Amino acid sequence: MPAVDLSKTSLRDLNLALHRLAKDTNETLWTITNPGGEHSIAAGVDVPVTINIDGNVGYYCGGMNQDAKIIIDGSAGQGVGENMMSGLIHVKGDASQSAGATGRGGLLIVDGNASARCGISMKGVDIVVKGDIGHLSAFMGQNGRLVVFGEAGEALGDSIYEARIYVRGPVASLGADCIEKEMRDEHKAELIELLKVSGEALKVDVAEFRRYGSARKLYNFNIDNLGAY
Amino acid sequence: MCGIAGLFIKDKALEPKLGEYLAKMTSTLCSRGPDSAGFAIYGSGQEGKTKVTIAGPTEAYDIASAAQKLVQAIDKTAKIARRYSHAVITFKSADVPHAVAWLGEHIPDVTVMSEGQRLEIYKEVGYPDDVAQEFEIAKMAGTHGISHTRMATESAVTTNGAHPFSTGADQCLVHNGSLSNHASLRRELRRDGIKIKTENDSEVAAGYLTRQMHNGQSLGEALNASLNDLDGFFTFVVGTETGFGVLRDPIACKPAVMAETDQYVAFASEYKSLTCLPGIKGARIWEPKPATVYFWEHN
Repeated sequence: MPAVDLSKTSLRDLNLALHRLAKDTNETLWTITNPGGEHSIAAGVDVPVTINIDGNVGYYCGGMNQDAKIIIDGSAGQGVGENMMSGLIHVKGDASQSAGATGRGGLLIVDGNASARCGISMKGVDIVVKGDIGHLSAFMGQNGRLVVFGEAGEALGDSIYEARIYVRGPVASLGADCIEKEMRDEHKAELIELLKVSGEALKVDVAEFRRYGSARKLYNFNIDNLGAY
Repeated sequence: MCGIAGLFIKDKALEPKLGEYLAKMTSTLCSRGPDSAGFAIYGSGQEGKTKVTIAGPTEAYDIASAAQKLVQAIDKTAKIARRYSHAVITFKSADVPHAVAWLGEHIPDVTVMSEGQRLEIYKEVGYPDDVAQEFEIAKMAGTHGISHTRMATESAVTTNGAHPFSTGADQCLVHNGSLSNHASLRRELRRDGIKIKTENDSEVAAGYLTRQMHNGQSLGEALNASLNDLDGFFTFVVGTETGFGVLRDPIACKPAVMAETDQYVAFASEYKSLTCLPGIKGARIWEPKPATVYFWEHN
């Protein structure tokens, strides 16, 4: 059970140690103290270990994550879980801009708020934000699900492809080609699943959420749509 | 890139440590802006007196002689305090317009970095930690201060191209971002009589605010107007005699994080700049919203 104090160990040494772990390592529980807002903490981990971070982290924490479970007991800077492939990243505080950007898989949970561009260009990641999200979230989202318990900022889902968005609170405005869609049984079912894995299944009513997605009118350039650009 | 730090002190007990905290915060932003650095410090002031901070075109310039000549010409009793490449001269406030005009005419190489009852601006090319050390920022006391580390994009790395920029008496601005319409706006401002020395885009933003306020707008109104008139991306932090304000462009692509406790309000480009502050673990931490003017003032 390695414990790493980032006020004593360099960030590079920590990440090197994490990158050297074999898939069948017995060192499956890591604790990181004094993260001090440093960038790229536990980025590029590709083994099934649990990493508990005690404090606030800087940019790109858990970026490119594969299989690891990273729990941040604090807030995260820009690009937390950027391009994550699988595994779980759980931010107990707030997340800055571009949380889960381009993520391909896995689950990103933010207990607080996420700011602008949450899930920008998401490609399969599931993101659950228990507070609000900022403007231009899920911009060009291609796949995956974004669930928001609170409010969404302006231009939600601008130029969205096939990512699916569920928001419980008000949406400041929808971006180009993003529309509200009917909440059918299959959507309620997938939302219940997402709430379950986020530990909120019995606390939140799926009937309070509204679904948003692509109107599929901007997929290919069409001169008649010029006004929408 | 570029980095900004700002500290507005609410608890008077912290005032002697303003410079120390600001220098520490700035130190974490060296990698965001290794070209130059600058500090605006709101220290003590005397009623009826105005501090004029002057500097030459490079750090090697003989600023002491220039300050002597200025004092000889305007008021032999005015006090000169030299700090590295800058000199702070305390004039009777009524003498200031004359002093500034005299400098422009007789020693045009010298720039007035700031004028005001309390504001002093120190800025220079070089690695931010070195700049802070040369000016002995860590020893300065005050109620609030702003700093900037510069990674130049729009104009040359010079003393005058560094931030903060003065926007009027006891007012200054720092900028992270870049403006696209600074050339046309510079021409417009010069036509309106605003002096702009460099090809720097941020100096144009400072000049813009100066003009808007000359035309009767408050700082808040001028900042709101800038959302329509400035094309580009920016996070601004502005200082006034009694407070400081923050504004991000509507897209908010430049980072900004803030912290507030009973003792202070702090601004930084990155969270890690805030970790040196007392009680930061219990502070309220948030990101300022885009296109929203924030302002804190001492009563």
